[in-house]
Amino acid sequence: MGIRFILMVNKQGQTRLAQYYEYLNLEERRALEGEIVRKCLARNEQQCSFVEHRTYKIVYRRYASLFFLVGVDNGENELAILEFIHLLVETMDRHFGNVCELDIMFHLEKAHFMLEEMVMNGCIVETSKANILAPIQLMDKAS
Amino acid sequence: MALSGMRGLSVFISDIRNCQNKEQERLRVDKELGNVRTRFKNEKGLTPYEKKKYVWKMLYIYMLGYDVDFGHMEAVSLISAPKYPEKQVGYIVTSCLLNENHDFLRLAINTVRNDIIGRNETFQCLALTMVGNIGGREFAESLAPDVQKLLISSSCRPLVRKKAALCLLRLYRKNPDVVNVDGWSDRMAQLLDERDLGVLTSSMSLLVALVSNNHDAYWSCLPKCVKILERLARNQDVPQEYTYYGIPTPWLQVKTMRALQYFPTIEDPNTRRSLFEVLQRILMGTDVVKNVNKNNASHAVLFEALALVMHLDAEKEMMSQCVALLGKFIAVREPNIRYLGLENMTRMLMVSDVQDIIKRHQAQIITSLKDPDISIRRRALDLLYGMCDISNAKDIVEELLQYLSSADFAMREELSLKAAILAEKFAPDLSWYVDVILQLIDKAGDFVSDDIWFRVVQFVTNNEDLQPYAAAKAREYLDKPAIHETMVKVSAYLLGEYSHLLARRPGCSPKEIFGIIHEKLPTVSTSTVPILLSTYAKILMHTQPSDPELQNQIWAIFSKYESCIDVEIQQRAVEYFALSRKGAALMDILAEMPKFPERQSSLLKKAEDAEVDTAEQSAIKLRAQQQTSNALVVTDQRPANGTPYVGQLGLVMVPSSANADHNLENQGPAQENGTLSQVDPQSPSPSADLLGDLLGPLAIEGPPGAAAPTEHVIPASEGDPNPADALALAPVDEQTNSVQPIGNIAERFHALCLKDSGVLYEDPYIQIGIKAEWRAHHGRLVLFLGNKNTSSLASVQALILPPSHLKMELSLVPETIPPRAQVQCPLEVMNLRPSRDVAVLDFSYKFGTSSVNVKLRLPAVLNKFLHPISVTAEEFFPQWRSLSGPPLKLQEVVRGVRPMLLLEMANLFNSLRLMVCPGLDPNANNLVASTTFYSESTRAMLCLMRIETDPADRTQLRMTVSSGDPTLTFELKEFIKEQLVSIPTATRPPAPEVAQPTSAVTSLTDPGAMLAGLL
Repeated sequence: MGIRFILMVNKQGQTRLAQYYEYLNLEERRALEGEIVRKCLARNEQQCSFVEHRTYKIVYRRYASLFFLVGVDNGENELAILEFIHLLVETMDRHFGNVCELDIMFHLEKAHFMLEEMVMNGCIVETSKANILAPIQLMDKAS
Repeated sequence: MALSGMRGLSVFISDIRNCQNKEQERLRVDKELGNVRTRFKNEKGLTPYEKKKYVWKMLYIYMLGYDVDFGHMEAVSLISAPKYPEKQVGYIVTSCLLNENHDFLRLAINTVRNDIIGRNETFQCLALTMVGNIGGREFAESLAPDVQKLLISSSCRPLVRKKAALCLLRLYRKNPDVVNVDGWSDRMAQLLDERDLGVLTSSMSLLVALVSNNHDAYWSCLPKCVKILERLARNQDVPQEYTYYGIPTPWLQVKTMRALQYFPTIEDPNTRRSLFEVLQRILMGTDVVKNVNKNNASHAVLFEALALVMHLDAEKEMMSQCVALLGKFIAVREPNIRYLGLENMTRMLMVSDVQDIIKRHQAQIITSLKDPDISIRRRALDLLYGMCDISNAKDIVEELLQYLSSADFAMREELSLKAAILAEKFAPDLSWYVDVILQLIDKAGDFVSDDIWFRVVQFVTNNEDLQPYAAAKAREYLDKPAIHETMVKVSAYLLGEYSHLLARRPGCSPKEIFGIIHEKLPTVSTSTVPILLSTYAKILMHTQPSDPELQNQIWAIFSKYESCIDVEIQQRAVEYFALSRKGAALMDILAEMPKFPERQSSLLKKAEDAEVDTAEQSAIKLRAQQQTSNALVVTDQRPANGTPYVGQLGLVMVPSSANADHNLENQGPAQENGTLSQVDPQSPSPSADLLGDLLGPLAIEGPPGAAAPTEHVIPASEGDPNPADALALAPVDEQTNSVQPIGNIAERFHALCLKDSGVLYEDPYIQIGIKAEWRAHHGRLVLFLGNKNTSSLASVQALILPPSHLKMELSLVPETIPPRAQVQCPLEVMNLRPSRDVAVLDFSYKFGTSSVNVKLRLPAVLNKFLHPISVTAEEFFPQWRSLSGPPLKLQEVVRGVRPMLLLEMANLFNSLRLMVCPGLDPNANNLVASTTFYSESTRAMLCLMRIETDPADRTQLRMTVSSGDPTLTFELKEFIKEQLVSIPTATRPPAPEVAQPTSAVTSLTDPGAMLAGLL
């Protein structure tokens, strides 16, 4: 089915955003996030961006203090997901201007709105930044 | 940093952020939860704005890992809010917190439906997205038609339609029985004409799901996908917004190529050519550039193109280009590309015959096995494992052994298991195999499972030449200072059995052997003690003439353990003590173990389990199953006395016939324990636990036959020289599965007899497609096993029951098929001699609680080995004349023929690869046809036939068939008859006719008369 979850975690291992496309209960989420964070955050720059964990493959990328971790099925195209992360970051950048961890933290709802426009049911819906941001801009204008 | 619209929320987040530790966070969260709860209780005072704020707080708290079940209702209720900001929060938070099974969702179903069919686009989008994320059965039932309408509506804007596409995808995947997609092929094809790339991106995901389920229905989409790919690859009409670092939406390119991988082949030559042009352009035109993002995006496309080329099994030229590219990738520094190079090379092993080219990169791959990155090391290990064969096994296994000492713990178990399997499968000689396993135990004893040492014991037991060598090796290891307990077990076992073969060597007298083993006793755990006791008993038995000192020593040990708290140990001590006082009787009972029956290695099963973490790497599994230990010959010889096997590693052979009775009478205590009882030499049944390997208890046991009387007898062990033959002819229609097949199995088979690709079998869970190529007496069928579900199919088994005239080799099938995946299993066929018997595929799998088993006839039928050949009158008549009667030329009047026009019959013949040669027979009511038949025994053999029909009575005809081989003539005649008489079914139609005697030859001049005369 493609993307199974998207996590944003800071370098202390605190979750800043979690979006799952398959249902896991709270316990399962906590365990999974803990395992993944331990595995991925310990890796260095010279290592590849893919980590195999349970039945997932984690494709991850680090931006300053924030890690973007995307869990995908094993058959997924890893590099396409890696660049999708970057597209997400660029999109947030366009909206927030020089996006940082705090932007995502304090504007969790906006981060969710953007994700909602980009991914649905684990599949990519939209890759045009203008289209992704259109509803948010509309709302900002209204308020 | 922009200020949040919700001050209370910002304050809360700041507070959380300032918490010094988890405990402070918990306190703050608890406080907030209390606050939210109270506010929700006094709902009257809550404005929509406040409600929205609290729901966001809840989501935040949930993300931190705290339970917020109490607030689900509030989130759901916001969905019905009239204003967008609240409604949006309701939808988004609901899809974060709830899943499809939550009852609260039901409350919202009406609102959701109204939003979807309403006029407000933004509401439509919100509702579609939520249903697309968490919609369950009830949503599918009430919304699917509306969603379908939105998707194809011309008045809907792209922003709604793209969501409708993915919403439909969800509903369809979750409930394929509810969502009706019949007739959707045309609509999908229309959707693919869409210019908007957002809609196209979503639609392509939908298409992938539909095609993976039933590619036959979506052929019309194939050329459209190729067109889209061309458009993107050439960057035609791609808006700037969809260009990512100069690359036209790499994600859609990847998805489109993924969709194309679900079609088994591309038949239309023009489409195929266009696609290969695009692929060629991608393969050749992707350069490494400085910009990381551009580089990644272009390589994402490139890797997908590689996968597509592998799938289409293109002309060898392109394939070697792919291997060359991958060879380049596995040598680069950039870790991502190296990782993907290794991964794709492993996949490549599965699809095509490129092993030799891949082997050239062996040294490079071994380098990656030592990479600092565990992700890369795993890929390298999988690849090495997959590419291993007899030619390179020694190098690879030794490399793995060497790496084992430095490998991280996370990988050691997998590593040792893989090394053990490879050593077993590809051992150039058995002593090497024993060396490898002992080294393995020595270096990584903690990671060597019991199966591994059980297996080595089996091999040693079954190969007499190996026994002294193995015993000597075991003895050597015992000299080492601290050895692993597993090493103690295996050494003790081997020395117990075979140390007498070493008796003349220094340090190998029974006493010395006993001494060195007994030294280990204080260090081992209770599970090892019983093995040591058995070893002592065996040593004692082999010591002839007996050594009173040794005997006393061992007896003392036995009597010490007679009161051991561990039942197993106690029992053995008691029994061995009693037995060893019997003197001569001891000899029989403690004789060497009989040979083990040949069985599938439980290691391979284990390897499959170990794959859970890397599920998709089914290449490994496939190959692991493909080659059952062909290097090591394990005899399947049954013991001469026909006694059933005892618990597999039981040290004591159950005595046979008269001896048994004698012993039973004397073995009072043993019998009470039920251990030596139940010996029934009159009913030799094969060991019930053929696959249990050596895992059974180690004590003396009765034969398991009595314990498991219902155990199915495995045909091969029945002594039936050719069990498959018998089964191949078994009726294949009686299947008692609860899962109903889609379509008629018999019709599908019949259709496949006439064409080379299509669907062999389909039910709600799986589709089995077939693609075949035939060349002379060889054939290559590929089975495409497609899982139609979103969960895996388990216990997948495919067994080929070939008739005696076909040699068939199926590259074995992975035990599980991942969701939505299609597995290709090549099946090599060789035709040995002419026969009409049909091969059967015994296929079974489990899905959820239903388990399905079907027996399917495989279209590897006689006519597939025919090659139509056109002959001229000059070639035909001399040949026809030279084959002058039975058994090379047979004639028969066939009655009960299915009425058909002559033209239809000619078409039927042509589709059976019998080439109708018009003009040879002047009588317009007759047909003459020729073909070449290929088999190993006959080689290429010309076959000629003539059909004389009676225009007055189409239900009968006279048929004459001739060839240079009597069996071929007969089989071909019968085969054609089957095709003519009725639609072939599993059981052959009763032969309604009697062969006519050949008529007398009358010499005439014109060809027709001559034919008639020759008949």
